[in-house]
Formats: sequence, C-alpha cells, structure tokens
Amino acid sequence: MNQNPGVIGRKIGMTQVIEADGTVIPCTVVQAAVTVVGKRTQEKDGYDALILGIEPRKEKHTNKPLAGFYKKQGVEPKRVLRELRCAAEYAAGFEVGQQLKVDEIFEQGQFVDVQGVTRGRGFTGVMRRHNFAGAKSSHGSHEYKRHGGSIGSNMTPGRVLPGKKMAGQYGNETMSILNQRVVRVLPEENLILVRGGIPGSKNGLVVVRGAVKKKNGGKSAQS
Amino acid sequence: MATEATTSKGNIIDQLESQYLRSDLPQFRVGDQVAVHYRIVEGDKTRVQVFRGLVIKRSRGGARSTFTVRKTSFSVGVERTFMLHSPRIEAIEVLSRGVVRRARLFYLRNLTGKAARVRDQRDR
Repeated sequence: MNQNPGVIGRKIGMTQVIEADGTVIPCTVVQAAVTVVGKRTQEKDGYDALILGIEPRKEKHTNKPLAGFYKKQGVEPKRVLRELRCAAEYAAGFEVGQQLKVDEIFEQGQFVDVQGVTRGRGFTGVMRRHNFAGAKSSHGSHEYKRHGGSIGSNMTPGRVLPGKKMAGQYGNETMSILNQRVVRVLPEENLILVRGGIPGSKNGLVVVRGAVKKKNGGKSAQS
Repeated sequence: MATEATTSKGNIIDQLESQYLRSDLPQFRVGDQVAVHYRIVEGDKTRVQVFRGLVIKRSRGGARSTFTVRKTSFSVGVERTFMLHSPRIEAIEVLSRGVVRRARLFYLRNLTGKAARVRDQRDR
C-alpha cells in the first residue's frame, strides 16, 4: 500500500514549463491547499492515516454529524475529505488544523503517482473504448462499420470468453498514473506541476503522492 | 462561487505562463519574410543558425505561441515551427511585410516558382 506522503488537490489544467536552455516540458498544474482535519491512529482505529481536507464548506451545507466532527477537531468545515495512509512517525509530525506545505512534501524532480477519476465517456463502442479498427465502409459492407467483429468460436468453447473486449461504460473510473516527475513546486500558491497528463477533468479531484514503485518514495537518495 | 473559482483557476495558468513571455521580439504577421536567429547547442559548442523564410502560420496561445516559417532550399520546401517565446531564439528580423488574405498559407505548399510568391506591402 502506498504510505508515501501526499496531498489531495484540484487539477487546474495543463501548461508548459520552458527551461532556461529552451527545453519545453508539458505539465499539469495541481492546486493543493490542504489542511489536516484529523488523524487515524493504530491504537484507536487500527491503522495510521492523516485525514486531509480542502476547500471551505458552507455552514448550511454541513450536516449535523459532520459539523460535530469539525467542531470537535476545531477545524473549519471542508468540502472534500480524504484519508491518506501513512507511517505513524510521519503522522506524528503534523497537528490537527495545520496547513500542509507542498514544498515540504514534494521536491523538484521527485517521482509521484497521481490518482484521479477519468472523464466519463458514457456507453461507448469498441472503436473508442478499445481502439478496435472497425470494418471497411466500402467494398460491399452493409450496416457493419463500427462493429468489433467475431466474439468467439462456435461449439468449442460454446461461450464467450471472460474479459472479451466489448462496448460498455468507458471513463468515470479511478485511475492512477505512476512515476510522473514533479517539474516545479510553488509553495506560495500551493501548486505542484507534474510532468505530462493526469487523469480527470479540470477542477477534478486528484491525489498526488510519492511514487510507490520507486525507492524512497520517489525522492532522490540523499534527502 | 463556481464562476469565481474557474476564473481564478484560469488566472493561475496565465500567471505561471506570464514569466516566460518575451517582449523583445518584433511584431510580425503571416506573409512576412523573416530571419530567425536560432541558437543551436552541439555538444559543448553553441552557434546561431539563421532560418530565413516566409511565415505561413502563427498559433497564438500566450507563452505557448508558435509560428511556422517556410523556405525553399535547393528546390525542396522546408518548414520549421518555432516556439515564439523560446529562449533559444536569439532574434527575429522582419525582412519584408507581405499582403495576404488568409491566416494560414498552406496553399503555398502546392505552388512553386512565381506562383508561390506573396505580394510585398511596399508594392501595394
């Protein structure tokens, strides 16, 4: 399980970073003004995690159980809450109500994983969903242009094999993109610039955390 | 609330990109003859190459703006797209201004010789 330090944030959009030597890096801007709303501890909850929140929630939109929770924690109500599992020592370094600083969590050049919900495309045919080639539109074909073709053989096995690629819901699923580089960390505006694209629409909720498949959470060795 | 949030988010990208904008470049348009002085790094040596030709396309997008220059070199058409605000561009010289009626001069690709000329603004 990914226990590396991370933040939740909003995908702002894509831009380019032009380095001094003229190299152009495509990157996605993530805004993460995160507050620690609470903690989960091994003794009480059986696991260690930080409860993070972003964006203010209006009083009238906060239901009473949730308002009670925020009051107990002494934190302004947040719109989005997300728990991120972490090591107990890491969680001990934060207090409830504290703002997370993106430059303390990430460093430039670090590898991160970004999780988001991909843009929903609805019920989609095989050409869009699985990049099938479709059928020829001419040479005698009739009403068979965007079909997937045969879906199996006849008597043996006499059924369609599980996992056969067919039309269906495409998008609106949680996806992670692994091992993207952090291009810039801008603590003044709580911005993280991640190289390349990340899942989700603009203003979509994303989770950025240290890469799970790299040593040291994706950070360089000395730090 | 929603509109306010979206405008502020648009501003974030504009703000990030504004630091890359260059103000030292001359104004030029599609149809102009330009000479682009482009810095090229080969190993540890740096030299400046001049690409002289006709601007056939400009794509305007803040710091992401590009322009395409076309020239005919040994009777072979050569097109090169530059990032307008790239620090690799030493200078852009505007050699002459042309009169054209469209924003994209892709029709020049199918023309050669006299037909592939663009009227100069001075001959107007």
